[in-house]
Amino acid sequence: MSKTIALVGNPNCGKSTLFNILTGSNQYVGNWPGVTVEKKLGYLKKNKQEFTIVDLPGIYSLSTSTLEEVITREYIESDEVDLIVNIVDASNLERNLFLTLQLMEIGKPMIVALNMMDVLRAHKDELDIDHLSEHLGLEMIEIVAAKEQGIDTLILAIQANHEPIKQLSFYRPKIQKLLQKVKASLKLDVSPTLHALRFIEEGPSATLGHQMSPLELSALNLEVENALKDETLDRDMIISDEKYRFITELSSHVLKRNESDQKTLTHRIDALVTHRILAFPIFLGVMWIVFMLAFGPFGAFLKLYFEYFIHVIVIQNFANLLTFIGVSPWVYGLVVDGILGGVGSVLGFLPEISILFIVLSILEDTGYMARAAFIMDRILRRFGLSGKSFIPMIIGFGCTVPALMATRTLENEKDRRLTMMIIPFMSCSARFPIYAVFAAALFSSQQALAVYSMYIIGILVAVVSGIILKRFVTQGSVSSFIMELPEYHRPTLRNLFLHTWDKIRGFIIKAGTVLLLASIVIYLMSTTTFTLQSTTNQIDSMIGSIGSFIAPIFAPLGFGDWRSSIALLVGFAAKEAVVSTLGVLYGVGGNAVNNTAALIEPIRAAYTPLSGFAFMTFTLLYLPCIAAFATLKREMNSWKWTFIAVGYQTGIAYVLALIIYQGGKLMGF
Amino acid sequence: MTLKDLRPGQKGIIEALGKQSTLRKRIIDMGLTIGTEVKVIKLAPLGDPVEIKVRGYQLSLRLNEASEIYVRVIP
Repeated sequence: MSKTIALVGNPNCGKSTLFNILTGSNQYVGNWPGVTVEKKLGYLKKNKQEFTIVDLPGIYSLSTSTLEEVITREYIESDEVDLIVNIVDASNLERNLFLTLQLMEIGKPMIVALNMMDVLRAHKDELDIDHLSEHLGLEMIEIVAAKEQGIDTLILAIQANHEPIKQLSFYRPKIQKLLQKVKASLKLDVSPTLHALRFIEEGPSATLGHQMSPLELSALNLEVENALKDETLDRDMIISDEKYRFITELSSHVLKRNESDQKTLTHRIDALVTHRILAFPIFLGVMWIVFMLAFGPFGAFLKLYFEYFIHVIVIQNFANLLTFIGVSPWVYGLVVDGILGGVGSVLGFLPEISILFIVLSILEDTGYMARAAFIMDRILRRFGLSGKSFIPMIIGFGCTVPALMATRTLENEKDRRLTMMIIPFMSCSARFPIYAVFAAALFSSQQALAVYSMYIIGILVAVVSGIILKRFVTQGSVSSFIMELPEYHRPTLRNLFLHTWDKIRGFIIKAGTVLLLASIVIYLMSTTTFTLQSTTNQIDSMIGSIGSFIAPIFAPLGFGDWRSSIALLVGFAAKEAVVSTLGVLYGVGGNAVNNTAALIEPIRAAYTPLSGFAFMTFTLLYLPCIAAFATLKREMNSWKWTFIAVGYQTGIAYVLALIIYQGGKLMGF
Repeated sequence: MTLKDLRPGQKGIIEALGKQSTLRKRIIDMGLTIGTEVKVIKLAPLGDPVEIKVRGYQLSLRLNEASEIYVRVIP
């Protein structure tokens, strides 16, 4: 049976970089504390031995109760884990060792990978690794993950046999005695030390799985209180305080810090990007570059060639092949009009979306995102958010799903809920194809402006929503903001590639599954009536009937035709499907060189610029896609709040589209 | 005196932590224990949050939280 290795470490310690090297798998590393929110698995094969490697969320401590810390603690306590590999950022030794000491108290076999030794040397600090290793009784391997140094030695160490580590005491004899007493009373099977410590810190409420009666528990609690009554510190501080005392003492023996106030690269960059006056112009410039790269001339240039490739080379030749082998018109219609027309309309946006994801990962990997959160916190607080809401919001421009997961770094549950409610207003990349097609059809001279305005409207709605919702959602809670500003790192190509590929693959898979299925279903339903008769008149088809039934709801918004209604319905499966559905319904698959271009004429016929703009606004704001909806439910862990969130979003979408259309009409557009 | 009152460039030793802070445990676990030296690096462009250096790394927190960390100024 293969052994399971758990990678555990602080945020920004290079854990995910190491994971990528060991497994070659697709896992993302970011400088934003806590980017790795999911349990990621990979396999390492070396010398016929196979290991399962688990990348756990980056955490600072095991003793508080954030979601990520609970996930990590429960997982490494489980029988599944055979060996803990604790990644320690050697250039940030003291705080990293705090988690190391906590991990030691679990008592599992464990080795330490001392990462970023190059940064340590660049700071001209000196670390006595042998002494450190000997003192803690832990095997320590020196690595530089970003440069793939020391990896072979680490793998050899992983392959060796491991005994559970010896238990050290980090506490004064008095505390140690109390710890033994609590441990003996609680009689826990799983990590008894860790849970006894929690009992000392927080009392009975924090302890589960024991066999004691409430009476015995409060007696034990009283005993702890009595034992600690002479202490100067409160009981929730003592354990951490003693650990840090131990660390400070240890560090004074093994680490020689270069105390000269040298200006590191991080200092010099920060002097600019968090400068009192320059910070905001730089911030706006960075955001502008992100969007220009993705949606500006460069992206458009790539898109042109990519679409040519898809439509002329792939679709046309495939259609010709079908004609050549003489398939029946029905199959030809399904494949060319249904599948190629639908999926092809969306795949053309792949280059632009890829660029967006590449640029966003660079921003995260380098550490700039944390600075953006730092300078934006004051502003975002006005809207009931926190600086930490900022990173998830930016990720939201890529995809809502990882953005919702990235909110886990917010400590305050109510802040987090509010952030999750407004993230879908950040226009995700899947919505871009909708704007692009409509803008090309209806705003020929002002295309770019029409597309940008969607992003702006999204941000404005998010801001106003923050102001409105904070009264209800975060009412009465004191929000907070404690965030590490990590050193800047050059992003590694491997991480960049793996992360971007992960996202692009997701997009292609979606095109090949959800959009494919939606396209087929839409095509079949648009060529068949409810009495299962084949029809060439779409309005008589199933989809025509359903569409005509809902259409009146959207009539006041300016898009009361049945095709729009169907497109919006199908958009719940995936937002790109709004475009692919229109592609199918207008039958643009086989009869044109370019699907997007072919959609332009029908859209011009069906919408005025005003109703088109209202439609774009509605698709921007309404109900997020089903993947985002499911994530929202999982992360909020409440059906009530999930429905409040999507109800609010859809309500806002309707009201705003109504105002735009009716207001625009009054003003004579 | 609290961490909030330190000017950029000033150093202090942590003497006590207020009981009000909802994030007391987090603050301690990040290494801000009694007796630890902290240095204020800078304020954010809008005056809040504040960036500090503690145990060799940079941390940012709001003035609101800084006002719960009692310090003694050292030269």
